[in-house]
Amino acid sequence: MKCEKCNRTATVHLTEIRAGKKIEKHLCEQCAGQIEGYPPKAHAPINELLTNFVLAHSGMAKDEEGTCPQCGLSWSDFRKTGLLGCEHDYAAFDKDLTPLLQRAHDGATHHLGKVPTRRGGTTVPVKRQLDLNRLRKELTRAVEAEDYEKAAKLRDQIREAESQV
Amino acid sequence: MKLSDLTSQAGEWLRGSGPMSEIVISSRIRLARNVAGFPFLTRCSKSARKSLEEKIRDTILDSKFSSSKTFYVDLETAPEIDRQLLVERHLISRPHKDAAGARGVAVGENETLAIMVNEEDHLRIQVLRSGLQLEEAWEQINAVDDQLESSLDFAFSPRFGYLTACPTNVGTGIRVSVMLHLPALKLTSEIEKVFRAAKELRLAVRGLYGEGTEATGDFYQISNQSTLGKSEEEIIGDFKHVVIPKIIDYEHHARRALLSEQPLALDNKVWRALGLLRSARLIETEETLTALSHVRLGVNLKRVKDLDINKVNELFLLTQEAHLQKILGKKLEGTARQAARAEFIRHRLSAN
Repeated sequence: MKCEKCNRTATVHLTEIRAGKKIEKHLCEQCAGQIEGYPPKAHAPINELLTNFVLAHSGMAKDEEGTCPQCGLSWSDFRKTGLLGCEHDYAAFDKDLTPLLQRAHDGATHHLGKVPTRRGGTTVPVKRQLDLNRLRKELTRAVEAEDYEKAAKLRDQIREAESQV
Repeated sequence: MKLSDLTSQAGEWLRGSGPMSEIVISSRIRLARNVAGFPFLTRCSKSARKSLEEKIRDTILDSKFSSSKTFYVDLETAPEIDRQLLVERHLISRPHKDAAGARGVAVGENETLAIMVNEEDHLRIQVLRSGLQLEEAWEQINAVDDQLESSLDFAFSPRFGYLTACPTNVGTGIRVSVMLHLPALKLTSEIEKVFRAAKELRLAVRGLYGEGTEATGDFYQISNQSTLGKSEEEIIGDFKHVVIPKIIDYEHHARRALLSEQPLALDNKVWRALGLLRSARLIETEETLTALSHVRLGVNLKRVKDLDINKVNELFLLTQEAHLQKILGKKLEGTARQAARAEFIRHRLSAN
């Protein structure tokens, strides 16, 4: 197949949906590179891919007015670098970050690993919160496996745990 | 302990010991941590950055895991060649070498431990061990993390876990990387199998020096990408029980196939490589790594019997630019460096 714009072989095949219509494009690497949003390099290093990815998916935020009250970072600042400004940004941009985290981490939204023992004496509630995360994950698995008996038990445990947090 | 004392040794990652060392070069785990109450580095003032560095440095050097052999390198003032040396030994990342501002690295426990201060996150703790030793590495780094945490308050949220500058590291903040030497898969054009095996578990495959580097010398690094929603043990388990055994198996299979089906072609590769290294008068790093890779395969498959594997392992490291110049004690560029490298290799390979 030849590129639509020049005579080179088309190696890039894009499908776009515009106003409900499917538009297919067949282009060579060079012509495709000129289209906005197409990654310019075929073998970009992983860090760059991640950053691009973060930037692409953070475009969902319509409201760019909000800034973190602690460090003053705005969502558009974040979009420029892919780096956050301080620990409070996770709470400040919770809504915008969640879909992005899900894509970067196989759909995960909650931490399930190590918990620091210090952190201002908040150990106990933190542990409980993590149990809750673990239960929620197990519930997803049980539902996926269609083990509804187990799922029902887990749901009850989650309710109980939620009332304690 | 000083930086210059390092050049005489092979460094942990190429010590060539440890389980499965014929194929698994090293196991590395790093944890990203930030100190609560300080902004992340992109929002840190110069002075905050400096006091953060001092605070972390002092905490590290006062910790139980530090000994008289632990040393700290101030990277803001260290000369280029020293910073390059640390990159070659896998003790700091390339971005950390080239960054600006107050930053450093603490190296201890025989180079198995390196803590980068003020890299992308306030702390990047790394444990690097020869061969396949992921569980040992996790045990070691977990203990170091616990000790640091007894003096430093790390930024953490129950929901998001350890909070990191880049959201792609949030949660556990863990990156597990296993460096593999896969010359037979490369020679038999089956390296794609590795990429497929890694992809199934959403793991990344990179080159010798991590992000964005080529797989020179047939070294491939497998690393996890997702850090949230799984425990550290689960992430390590994917490597230890699933991906790494599979890839080791592929490489063994390719090695056996070479031995039984193409022994002459194999010997030709190995002995030509050895001939090149023993004869060259000018040689570049990349050509050196490729030839050493084939020789390493030859020694491991006992096609070459009069060469010590440690000597080959050492050469991978000692022929790199900063090491070479440190050992020879002079600055060398271009042709002079290539000539010095060639001579160094000839000398090392002749002295049996």
